[in-house]
Amino acid sequence: MRTNRFVQVSLKVSALLAASVLLFILYFLVQESIPLIKTLGVGAFFQGGWYPLEGEYSLTPMLLGSLYIAIGAVALAAPLGIVVAIFGQFYAPVLLGKVYRGMVELLSGIPSVVYGFWGLTVLVPWITNWVPPGTSVLAGIIVLARMVLPLVVLTADSAISNVPRDYIRSAQALGLARWGIIYRLVLPVALPGILSGIMLQSGRALGETMAILMVTGNVVQLPEGLFKPVRTLTANIALEMAYAVDSHRVALFISGLLLLLMTVFIVSIAHYLKGRRFA
Amino acid sequence: MGKVDLLRVIFISWTLLALLGCGQSNTVKLTITGSSTIAPLVMELGRAFEKQQPGVRIDVQTGGSSRGIADIRAGISNIGMVSRNLKISEKDLFPHTIAYDGITLILNKSNPVSVLTDEQIIEIFRGNIRNWDEVGGPNQSITVINKAEGRSTLELFLNYFKLENRAIKADVVIGDNQQGIKTVVGNPWAIGYVSVGAAEYEEKHGSAIKLLGVGGENASIAAVKQGHYPLSRPLNIVTVDKPEGLTKAFINFAQSSKASAFVEEQYFIPINAH
Repeated sequence: MRTNRFVQVSLKVSALLAASVLLFILYFLVQESIPLIKTLGVGAFFQGGWYPLEGEYSLTPMLLGSLYIAIGAVALAAPLGIVVAIFGQFYAPVLLGKVYRGMVELLSGIPSVVYGFWGLTVLVPWITNWVPPGTSVLAGIIVLARMVLPLVVLTADSAISNVPRDYIRSAQALGLARWGIIYRLVLPVALPGILSGIMLQSGRALGETMAILMVTGNVVQLPEGLFKPVRTLTANIALEMAYAVDSHRVALFISGLLLLLMTVFIVSIAHYLKGRRFA
Repeated sequence: MGKVDLLRVIFISWTLLALLGCGQSNTVKLTITGSSTIAPLVMELGRAFEKQQPGVRIDVQTGGSSRGIADIRAGISNIGMVSRNLKISEKDLFPHTIAYDGITLILNKSNPVSVLTDEQIIEIFRGNIRNWDEVGGPNQSITVINKAEGRSTLELFLNYFKLENRAIKADVVIGDNQQGIKTVVGNPWAIGYVSVGAAEYEEKHGSAIKLLGVGGENASIAAVKQGHYPLSRPLNIVTVDKPEGLTKAFINFAQSSKASAFVEEQYFIPINAH
């Protein structure tokens, strides 16, 4: 059984490698960030302005920008996604449902830059005609909602199809109407799966960079309204990393650390939700 | 998947991983990093130089002028690309000018405004003039496009207008020239600034933008070439020591008359033009 041992060891090493990547990234970010945090204190990164060349490193505007856009996008995409998934599972004819799911899967494979390009050349000019300057929180929310929608649909779809068929058949035997079955039975049973899918998408929404960078205007300021430009943590790193040196560079590593911690927090919530039952 | 199949997959993927590590061969490599403005030109020059000198490989990476300086100081690269004059703190380095470039303001083609004085430009970027009707245009609010912190175009712009970055009230902050041009194309009431070369190229190829010079001069490649356009900059390649050997050969090639054709292809201005 030498082969068996070899497979086992190889699998363990591969698994360990995959898991240690996260720890290494965390270690690396912390190690890069610590010197500046020690000299300036944590508070320096949450007050003042962002003028990295003049020693002001407030990340608050970017943090709020990231949160607003991610929450807005998920709030827009989640109800739509659930409705689409219900349609595909219960209302669409079998063939149409299959084609529909295939199209949604295809949509989820479109690179984010393409969405960004659409945002920059179609969406932003359209908003500009309405309320200038067009590059805004709203543009970011719409582009991001378009991007996470297919994934919300797919996770909701799989959560719904995991509801035991027996439940549904029993309900049908009791003479419940289709909407009643969906509303009273399927949704409550599938809810933990749907919610954890939505939380995972929020994590992805927080991390999205290119498409957002192209449409939100990237001005560092507290987001005051839907039509005002804003900069996200990810856009901040992407815009300035290539040109940053010394403390400026370290401040960008701290942006990255903050982003990672937020993602870990959200994924933990997703994990917690998945284990719960609402029905 | 059977046990043996799995074993094979693991084996193959690990072998591939190991192979990735041994791509070294016996060619001589010259690493050049820095300004994204200069990079396309140096890539073309590098390709021509590789043809001339077999066995040489020129590796070009972008990351901005500051990164170009940092990399040669750290010994990561042989030559840095810097799209500005060297600062006082960088006077120990050896700059070699290979071309010139200018910065121009750009407006959307449909904007009727065709002249702005330097004072008006300053007031627009400071946010004191917020509507085009204050400078002879229609009643539309102005969208100000600025560059992200650390870019040499931003530095040059701020220096010329004696502005501080925190005084600028921007509506959009962009990364590279292309993003700036795309934003102005999409927004008829925007004003931004990009490299003259890039702007003139895009204007000729049908982008809905127009160039607006500074200091009462028209912005054009010709004007920068003649040397009287005020907002222009040298494109330098920089070394830590006096160049020798292969580095020297490449720099000589980049400054030779053979290189001029490549410089003009990139809409920059050759050094021996004036």
